[in-house]
Amino acid sequence: MTATPDVAASPGQVPVAHGLAAPPAPWRLLLRKPTFLIGTAVLVFWVVCAIFGRSIAPHDPLAQSLLARNSPPSGAHPFGVDSIGRDVLSRVIVGARDILLISPLATLLGTVLGTVLGLVMGYFGGIVDTLIGRVVEAVLALPVVIVAFLFIVAVGPSPLTLIVVIGFIFTPLIARTVRTAVLVEGQQDYLASARLLGERPGYIMFAEILPNVLPVIVVEFTVRLGYAIFAVATLSFLGFGVQQPTPDWGGDIAANYGLLGAGYWWETLFAALAIASLVMALNLVTDAIEQVISS
Amino acid sequence: MARTVRNAATGEASVTRYLLRRIGLAIATLWILSVIVFFAGQVLPGDPGRAVLGPFASRIAVRSFDHQIGVDRPLVTQYLSWVGGLLHGNMGISYSFRTPVEPIIVTALGNSAKLAALALVIIIPLGIAGGVLAALYTGRAIDRTISLSGLAASTVPEFVSGIVVIIVFGVALKILPYPTGSLAGLSVPSQLDHLILPVIPLVLVLFGYIARMARAGTIEALDSDYARTAVLKGLPRSVVIRRHILRNSLLPTITVIATQTGYLIGGLVVVEQLFNYQGIGRQILSAASSKDFPMLEAGILTIGIVYMVATLIADVLYTVLNPRLRVGVSG
Repeated sequence: MTATPDVAASPGQVPVAHGLAAPPAPWRLLLRKPTFLIGTAVLVFWVVCAIFGRSIAPHDPLAQSLLARNSPPSGAHPFGVDSIGRDVLSRVIVGARDILLISPLATLLGTVLGTVLGLVMGYFGGIVDTLIGRVVEAVLALPVVIVAFLFIVAVGPSPLTLIVVIGFIFTPLIARTVRTAVLVEGQQDYLASARLLGERPGYIMFAEILPNVLPVIVVEFTVRLGYAIFAVATLSFLGFGVQQPTPDWGGDIAANYGLLGAGYWWETLFAALAIASLVMALNLVTDAIEQVISS
Repeated sequence: MARTVRNAATGEASVTRYLLRRIGLAIATLWILSVIVFFAGQVLPGDPGRAVLGPFASRIAVRSFDHQIGVDRPLVTQYLSWVGGLLHGNMGISYSFRTPVEPIIVTALGNSAKLAALALVIIIPLGIAGGVLAALYTGRAIDRTISLSGLAASTVPEFVSGIVVIIVFGVALKILPYPTGSLAGLSVPSQLDHLILPVIPLVLVLFGYIARMARAGTIEALDSDYARTAVLKGLPRSVVIRRHILRNSLLPTITVIATQTGYLIGGLVVVEQLFNYQGIGRQILSAASSKDFPMLEAGILTIGIVYMVATLIADVLYTVLNPRLRVGVSG
């Protein structure tokens, strides 16, 4: 999202040249972006909840006080009580844990597999590239939801299934991006000299090319992490992820949305806001990183 | 002159070749999907007779049920008879309803189509307008607002924004009906009324993508030589935008809308579940939980066909509309 000079609209405008002095370090540029700071603050908040949730939560997220069922927000229960008498605030706090564990692990799995695949495809080219390319094309030809759905139905729902399914679905997508980056690198002189020196393909791929395509992979990871959170939350809502009674935002919404018609809005609203704040914060951070890297 | 004619002729031949290849690919993918769907159904834990008759049925009853529906035959035989039935338009008998699958799937698909069509009718003009507006004011406040809110909206899962709109419009203000339920027997305006709430989450998720594509396409067109020429030869800005910019920038947008079909289908599954709307997504979910294989397989295959046809139409449109691609598809 760089500001491209708008030729037709304002022919007289000269793009401001930045970096008359030495350009500041990328992370300094990041710290100047308010979107990055806000996003990071929200992310840190949820990570703290994920790690220390049990000690922060005012009540036991599993304890049921049957007399207080469906009671609205009050002093003792600021976010109210759900349909089987559990404190909603405590469940929202502790519920950060599983989604913040599953999503990064799934993204990491997809990134590692995708990077290896992309390096191999881009470096060797030829028949290897064509063959893997066909398989990737076939996987991408099916709607992602259907692939995930079939796999989860066949294997049975669990956090591990979620990690593997989302990781595998991300692999071809990330491989495609890494492959393009490697093809661009392939034109550089340092690779020609590495080949002339007789270095082994494995060494060239992982020690020479990988560090140079790392920025691309970092951006890809952060973008995919957003999609992973989207997918984990959605699949949990559909009943394919974290199972009740474990506190989980998607699962808790699934367990309580049936009572929305009766006006018990607090049982789902706060978990929904938690998911929204998490994905939005992550995307603010991703957007800022992308802007800094591409400027 | 002769050269142009020959170019046009080879161009047309390569378009035909491209389209044939594309259709072939779609059929091959569909076949692979049928195999995957069928065998994934077999891996499903649990035996259909037990699932249908319940835990207290005798073992003999379960076995005779399995024999009756044919799941004790070899897998390949089962697959062939299933595919053979499909080719004759016979999708099998639902285990749960004990009636043919097709009418149920057809009704559900019709309901989903209503929801999807309404979402597209709203989102396409809205997304394109937002993207073009952002591009015309690149880097300014309007652009940042549209881009960031589009990004934010497209990353929030449908069921999350769905919960919020239900609470605001259905529960607090009580101005729109929730749950959506069945539309059968309702007048058209009343059906629309019921569909507004479920459509909002779908629109929110797709807005960001379409606006981003329209923005990128418009910026590229604004940056082009022909746009500069048009400005320099003194055409008014509105004419340049209408006649030169929009025509070129809307093309990538068409394809992106089609690539979003998969996301739209995923969104439908979630939204139908949340709003208790009797579409094909909800049908598949309940078939999966009750182990109703014929329904599950038919439902997923139907979605696969819809998806395939949508992407095919998009590719064809793109090829036909884009003169550059028309000559350059020899690959």
